[in-house]
Amino acid sequence: MTTLRLIWRNRLAAFGGIVLCAVVVVALLAPLLPLPDPDLTAPAERLKPPFSAGALLGTDHLGRDLLSRLIWGTRLSLAVGIAAAVIAAAIGSTIGIIAGFRGGRIDNLLMRGIDMLMAFPYILLALAIVAVLGPGLVNALYAVAAVNVPFFARNIRGVTVGLAHREFVDAARLSGKSGARLVFTEILPNVLPVIVIAMSTTIGWMILETAGLSFLGLGSQPPQADLGSMLGEGRKLLITAPHASIVPGVMIFLIVMSVNLLGDGVRDALDPRLRSGALSRPAAATEVRRKAATPAAGAGAGPLLAVEGLETEFQVGARVYRAVGGVDLAIAPGECLGLIGESGSGKSVTALSLLRLVASPPGVITAGAVRIGGEDTLAMKPEALRRIRGARVSYIFQDPLGTLHPLLRVGDQLVEAIRAHAPVPRRAAWARAVAMLERVQIPNAAARARSYPHELSGGMRQRVGIALALVNDPELVIADEPTTALDVTVQAGILAILDGLRRERGLSLLFITHDFGVVSQLCDRVAVMYAGRIVETGPTAEVLAAPRHPYTRRLIACVPEIGAGRRRLEAIPGLPPPVDALPEGCAFAPRCDKAAERCRTGQIALEGSGDRAVRCLFPEEVPA
Amino acid sequence: MLGYTIRRLLALVPVLLGLTVIVFAIMAMIPGDPATAILGSYATPENVARLNRELGLDRPLVEQYFIWLGNLAHGDLGRSYSLNRPVLDEVLERFSATLVLAGAALVLCTVFGLLIGIWTAARQYGLVDRVLTFVVLVGISIPSFWLGLLLILLFAVRLRWLPASGMQAIYGGGGLGDLAAHLVLPATTLAVVATGVIARLTRSAMLEVLRQDFIRTARAKGLGEGRVLYGHAFRAALVAIIPVIGVQAGFVLGGAVYIETVFQWPGVGGMLVTAISTRDVLLVQGGVLVVAASYVLFNLLADLAQTWLDPRVQT
Ligand code: SF4
Repeated sequence: MTTLRLIWRNRLAAFGGIVLCAVVVVALLAPLLPLPDPDLTAPAERLKPPFSAGALLGTDHLGRDLLSRLIWGTRLSLAVGIAAAVIAAAIGSTIGIIAGFRGGRIDNLLMRGIDMLMAFPYILLALAIVAVLGPGLVNALYAVAAVNVPFFARNIRGVTVGLAHREFVDAARLSGKSGARLVFTEILPNVLPVIVIAMSTTIGWMILETAGLSFLGLGSQPPQADLGSMLGEGRKLLITAPHASIVPGVMIFLIVMSVNLLGDGVRDALDPRLRSGALSRPAAATEVRRKAATPAAGAGAGPLLAVEGLETEFQVGARVYRAVGGVDLAIAPGECLGLIGESGSGKSVTALSLLRLVASPPGVITAGAVRIGGEDTLAMKPEALRRIRGARVSYIFQDPLGTLHPLLRVGDQLVEAIRAHAPVPRRAAWARAVAMLERVQIPNAAARARSYPHELSGGMRQRVGIALALVNDPELVIADEPTTALDVTVQAGILAILDGLRRERGLSLLFITHDFGVVSQLCDRVAVMYAGRIVETGPTAEVLAAPRHPYTRRLIACVPEIGAGRRRLEAIPGLPPPVDALPEGCAFAPRCDKAAERCRTGQIALEGSGDRAVRCLFPEEVPA
Repeated sequence: MLGYTIRRLLALVPVLLGLTVIVFAIMAMIPGDPATAILGSYATPENVARLNRELGLDRPLVEQYFIWLGNLAHGDLGRSYSLNRPVLDEVLERFSATLVLAGAALVLCTVFGLLIGIWTAARQYGLVDRVLTFVVLVGISIPSFWLGLLLILLFAVRLRWLPASGMQAIYGGGGLGDLAAHLVLPATTLAVVATGVIARLTRSAMLEVLRQDFIRTARAKGLGEGRVLYGHAFRAALVAIIPVIGVQAGFVLGGAVYIETVFQWPGVGGMLVTAISTRDVLLVQGGVLVVAASYVLFNLLADLAQTWLDPRVQT
């Protein structure tokens, strides 16, 4: 879709470029073309319609040939517009460079002046300048240039300020170069591209504005005619000879439009975000494009949550990053499962895939099933999915500052969640929201409900996050590293609240973390994830006591003392493999001290007996 | 909020004073002798000198400025020699007509700009997005004075649905319906470019917001797409859009100059064009001053609206 869009864009930009070039070439060639004198009047020939013999576009009220006038007028308009752009760029950039380079008082003074100029409505200032200088094309040119000076001054100042303190400029300064030489040798070459781009985006405006002043009779004076004054003359005969106004207008429109198309194309091409698809709007639910038929649901009641063979990919252009590569999980009612792994292991993407909250594009779920109470969320219609989200299954996210709406009161955000799933009157919903905030031990909850997220501390915000997840009494809560962004001192409190509420309400909990210490406190069972796959699962106590996968063993070894460990997992040498270049065989092989030849070929299955399973050819011995 | 408003109002004082300095300087820079312009080129030197003294033009510039500022404070902007009436009366009368036109255009461009921006963002890369994005590009490229002429040709000349010029019918006009009929074409024309600019900005602001984490939270709560789009994404995007609407007010007020000329709307823009041609300096000065001051005020409103919408900015 992104490439499609880029092609569409670039085709338009190319079209704009071609039209613009054609117009410029014709205007440049005007003296060589076999055109009648644009100012030659012929009263007998007046107001001929277009396509008449000898006058392709007809004639005006004085019998002058419109085609010839159009081409000569275009020449003049282009010249004036470009000249205005050059003058504005020169003066504006000079001011911007001086202000940005000198800084301090001079900067302040110059920018105050520029701000003052910007306090005037754009065209009004041009009018005032024409009033001073008197009507005339050159004066209109000056006026339009002057009004555009602030635009250049501001932009170029910004860029210069950024440059003035870079190392290479400092180095040049230390080598004893004078200020002026610094500007010409170090600053100007770097600012020039910005000036050119700024010019290309404003030149269309300047052509339009000079034409506008001429249209008002304040620009070019007869008999000299640019496109604007042609339009102004044509306007007087609007009803009897509409072609005299339509023709020059079409030309102005064509020029400005092609300049804009070209400018947009250039800007888009320069924007790396557009290429990477980072500017795409995420859809309401992650796209599901399953390669194979859905595995049939197991008979009977089954667990509350059953994930089977889940695969989630990020498709960016031609590259595919497989973040989740076939994950199976099951959680029984009231059970807490810890999903543990390093950052980049795919644990968060797994969690988000369950209710299809992975940003899409670029995310796509390509295989598997996610059954909640037997129903596959990956096959659901949007409305059915919406009814589950936040009601039966809810999320607690990592960073509550970024995940709560910054402009809504926290109470209102809770109220919204309540009313999304039940027709509760506002008042009652508010009371419920406040009660919920009390349950997560927010002091003075009634007043806090009226706060905005930025007014709360990190710990308080995450309590709001928990309240938001629990307010509709869900069956399953998915907590994605809920304490990672918090201060160590408040983490324990948050975990205690979460654990207390879970037990009290009999909730199931999927707890995602990188910290075995936390898992040991909270979780009944644990699943260890590496490079998008589960490498070991089992009851927490057993896995902790006797890890079977070399990776798990190393993870546990990283925690100095179970329960107090808050250390990150950097202690394992090496990094997880990039998910777009997974090695064949065991993904952990490059970092594993037991890796053998066999480990690097073929698929290795997750095998085990009873509660425990491991994905390793040479699992650690279980002590008898 | 109240304290902030008062601080902002106080900060307005130097800006407005700066405006008067610039406007006064413009008048002072105008070449030629106002007295000669008023009395005509056949005036005797004695008469010119006397008038100069009466107008205070023989004093130093700084003194002239303060006298002028003092008069301004009393609502005295001088007398227009071409119309032979007080500048303030003329300007205010004309400005009220401009306000009607510009206000209508501003409402139009805000409403349609926001709607188009939201629609295109919601259907990014879809057919609606591509068509509307192209239409918007056409809109911001079309010369407004030419568009006005085309609309007159179509709706006033060909179809005869709407009047082509003026603010009221000459015979039996004056009602609200009559005003509305006269307003449709010029207000639409004036709004087109600003609509395009606002639509483009709204689209990109919406796309920016839609990728943020709190939108994912809104979806995780089980909110419907409409609610996510309007209640959450648009709410956050609006904070970035409002200053642009403020800037557009300037383009609309300025663009009114063209549109008033095309549609012979009796506003301050048309007055300025005539006053520049007749070299009626005081009239130009008064007109520019009032329009610029209203723009400054409008930007203050936009600023306050933004603060009101974003509790994070308030201090
Ligand atoms: S399969 Fe081989 S390489 Fe992979 S963890 Fe086991 S022993 Fe190490």
